[in-house]
Amino acid sequence: MSALAHLFPSGVASYLAGGLFIGAGVALLFVLTGYIGGVSTFFSAVWSFFSRWHHFQQRGLLTSRNWRVMYALGMVLGAGVFTLTINHGHAFVTKVPPWQLLVGGLIGGFGARYSGGCTSGHGICGLGSLQKPSLAAVITFVVAAIITAHIVRALGGV
Amino acid sequence: MKEHDATSSLLSALLAGALFGFGLSLSGMVKPEVIFQFLLLRDFGLMLVMLSAATTVMIAYKIVPRLMSKPVFGTSFGVHPLQPTRRVVLGAVVFGIGWGISGVCPGPAIAGLGVGNWPVVYVIVGLMVGAWLEGRFTHRE
Repeated sequence: MSALAHLFPSGVASYLAGGLFIGAGVALLFVLTGYIGGVSTFFSAVWSFFSRWHHFQQRGLLTSRNWRVMYALGMVLGAGVFTLTINHGHAFVTKVPPWQLLVGGLIGGFGARYSGGCTSGHGICGLGSLQKPSLAAVITFVVAAIITAHIVRALGGV
Repeated sequence: MKEHDATSSLLSALLAGALFGFGLSLSGMVKPEVIFQFLLLRDFGLMLVMLSAATTVMIAYKIVPRLMSKPVFGTSFGVHPLQPTRRVVLGAVVFGIGWGISGVCPGPAIAGLGVGNWPVVYVIVGLMVGAWLEGRFTHRE
């Protein structure tokens, strides 16, 4: 097996093409509106509708929450278009157990907001802006996730 | 605050999000199983997704502000906000642990709804609680 096939047993085409669409979305958002298209701020922005706590009433959240909601709706819509066209209407349902999804979501949500970005905010927008803290963040969360996934697997998780 | 709510900006965000969600689905990143293939070092495709997306965005962030004085529907080009490196890295450790447990990051948690991956509701609930706790924690400091 060649090195390429060893590193990418499912090929490279769908990864590169998918990344191009993701990048095109973030780039289009920038060209049309000037906004930086990270995703995790959405979750704090949603709280600004419900919580009077001053952290969630920051100007940055109040002025961006409407477009962030639309951005999220668009993501659902785009995934739906993929499902109905390329995937011929076949849904995908994960077999990862609910406890892993819930606990991982909670820890990940805290960390992404504390860090000021997630895989999109640091991994795409931050790297796209050539910001060193974002590069440090990407290396850090990838290493932390690799170690964690191995531990979870060793403990009997998926 | 008015310009932020202009219909044109909101529709732009919807369209941009749709491209993003389509790309997350096409690349397989909406499947936690594919994320775990990367995290267990069996398939490095995720690196290609990030590389191809970040390169596209880098070109746009570099070139667009030189060609246009302002965005089509906006008043100015934003920049990814810089946080203190210590905070960024500490948060990234915590985020990585969560991501390594669930196999789902915030983008695929949202886009997952569009591919019918209903268990992402658990992740979304977790992300909401996590974001709330972060808000309380940060302003306690």
